[in-house]
Order: sequence, then structure tokens, then C-alpha cells
Amino acid sequence: MSACKDEDPRINRIKTSIRVVPNFPKPGIMFQDITTLLLDPQTFKDTVDLFVERYKGKNISVVAGIEARGFIFGPPIALAIGAKFVPLRKPKKLPGEVISEDYTLEYGRDCLQMHVGAVETGERALVVDDLVATGGTLCAAINLLKRAGAHVVECACVIELPDLKGRERLKGKPLYVLVESH
Amino acid sequence: MFAAENGLKGDPRLEAISRAIRVVPHFPKPGIMFQDITTLLLDHKAFKDTVEIFVDRYRDMDISVVAGVEARGFMFGPSIALAIGAKFVPLRKPRKLPGEVISEEYVLEYGVDCLQMHVGAVQPGERAIVIDDLVATGGTLSAAIKLLERAGAEVVECGCVIGLPETKGQCRLNGKPLYILVGPRDVDDCC
Repeated sequence: MSACKDEDPRINRIKTSIRVVPNFPKPGIMFQDITTLLLDPQTFKDTVDLFVERYKGKNISVVAGIEARGFIFGPPIALAIGAKFVPLRKPKKLPGEVISEDYTLEYGRDCLQMHVGAVETGERALVVDDLVATGGTLCAAINLLKRAGAHVVECACVIELPDLKGRERLKGKPLYVLVESH
Repeated sequence: MFAAENGLKGDPRLEAISRAIRVVPHFPKPGIMFQDITTLLLDHKAFKDTVEIFVDRYRDMDISVVAGVEARGFMFGPSIALAIGAKFVPLRKPRKLPGEVISEEYVLEYGVDCLQMHVGAVQPGERAIVIDDLVATGGTLSAAIKLLERAGAEVVECGCVIGLPETKGQCRLNGKPLYILVGPRDVDDCC
């Protein structure tokens, strides 16, 4: 589901604060750059507030953020709703014992890792990232949390690229986004 | 300078923050006692206190820029920025930032690395702080300071959760003050 664009005035400002960088990281890709959103303190606050309003009081004890832009949005949300923050990282970054989940990219494979013991069985979790495209990374994140026994309540992203149908690849988990980009 | 020597002596929050940090021996290579802040992030109160200590220090210093060093600086910087009404500027490894960037190289134990910042993120005259989880030799922070100064900002201070002994006695980096919450833990301290 998307935040109700027609009603909440904060949504339009968030959308217009995102910069599109053509042909990055390669020709043909219109990159959705959230760094410009972070430069406007009120807009960054609004972004976090929209997620906090949705998830506060829902007994969520884990916010998992995907490296690296999920690390920018996840911790403020976690702090505001009283949850722990769990970083999900590329291989060889986390120092302790990890569990790993491979996933497919357009060309080749990648891998996401989570610390053993970060999450306990039965915990209610959110997955946070800046953007969802094909859903491959979010799916790997969901799998990691499930393997650790957590219940993934929802995935939350600032931006969705609906044409890439990532929403359908989240193993039945709901997706909440603030803006869509076609 | 350590927080305990600067107004927070005996503050129970510092003890809890220190205890929440895990030491992982021989990571990323033999001999290194890695200071792992991910366990701090699992302790909501200790994480909240960490951010609050920095926020209390910086909120009345007219800071308009919080720059965070990839990737663990991203875990602390944004919350501080939000609380003090500043913008957050990510400083990243090469080829991550999509727009036009300025780059600063710095020396590692073996070889060189590079930090980048978006052109236009920071305006001349802005007052900035740099946030990272840990300072060791200060090479990365030094590069961060240079990036901000090249864009015309005034770096007021660097704030880190952990300061290793290499920085002890050296309260400044490129002449800029350094504010540190805790020292490193020994593996024997950990439960």
C-alpha cells in the first residue's frame, strides 16, 4: 500500500525532494537519489514521522535495515518506536557469527548477512530500505529474519518502482511505501 | 576528549553504553580486537542514550550539517541530525553517490582509500560535525574534515562513540576537536 498521496501534504514534498540521476549506475537507469531528501531537515523528519506514525504501538521489537541506505532511515524509526535496530549487511562486514542469504541479481548473485542472536524467535520485525525495485534484496532480508524465527510484519520503503513488480516477490509480506516512481 | 572528562564524569549512561559494545577478537584479521557496536544497537535504551548525549552536546551549537561516514556513521548520524534540525550528509566510498562528487584520498595501513561527498550538499559557511562509530588513527575522519572544508564548511567537531588508544592524548584531528563517549573494551570485560 502507498501512503495516501492525496491527503497527506508531507508526501508531495518528499516526492519532490528526491533527485533523479539519469544513467546511474549504468546507461538507462534513472537513479532515485534520496540524499537530497536528507538535506532538507523538515522533509527528512516528515519521512521518518510517516513510518513512526504507522508502526508505533504495534509491538514491533525489531527494525532491520538493509545496507547502506536502510541504515539512514531504519535507526531513527527504531529509536522512535522503541525497537532494536539490526543491520543487514553485505558479506564480510559483520564481525560476529552470521547467517547468510544468497539472492539473484539481474546479472549474477549477491548475499545478505545478519548476526546470529540479533533477533529472537517470535519477535515482530520490520524491514526498511530506501527503495524497492525487483524485491530481490527485500526477499533475502525477509528470509534471514524468518530463519531466525522472527515474524516479518511489513516491509517499508521510501520509494517503490511499481513497474518492476517487487511487491509480488515478498513472500506474501505487505509492503508500505511513501512514493511511487514510474 | 572523552565525555567522562568533559562534564559527563560518572554518568551511568556511559557505563551502559560501554557494556553494550561487544569485542570480536581477530576481526577482520588476526590481532585486531574489533569493537562491535551492533550489540549497542540491540539495546534500545543504550542506543537512545548514545544519540541523546551527542544531541545534548550539539543542539545549541548552531550546527546545520551532520556528516556521517559510511556505513556505521549512518547508524548514528541521521538520528542526531533529526534531533538538532540539521541536514544529514553521507560521506561514501567511491562510486556509491550518484551525482557529481568531490573526492578525498587517504592512507590506510596498506594502500589508499577514498571518501566522497556530493557537490552542493554543503554550503560555504555552514557549521558541521562529523560522526562515526569509532576513531582509530583518524585517517578517515581527517579525509571527512577535508571534504567539508573544501566545500567551505566549518567543521566544529568530530563525534565518535568509541576512541581507540591511538587517539588518546590527541584530542584534535587536523586541529579540530574530537569528542568520544567511551574507550575500547577488552575481551576479558565481556560476559
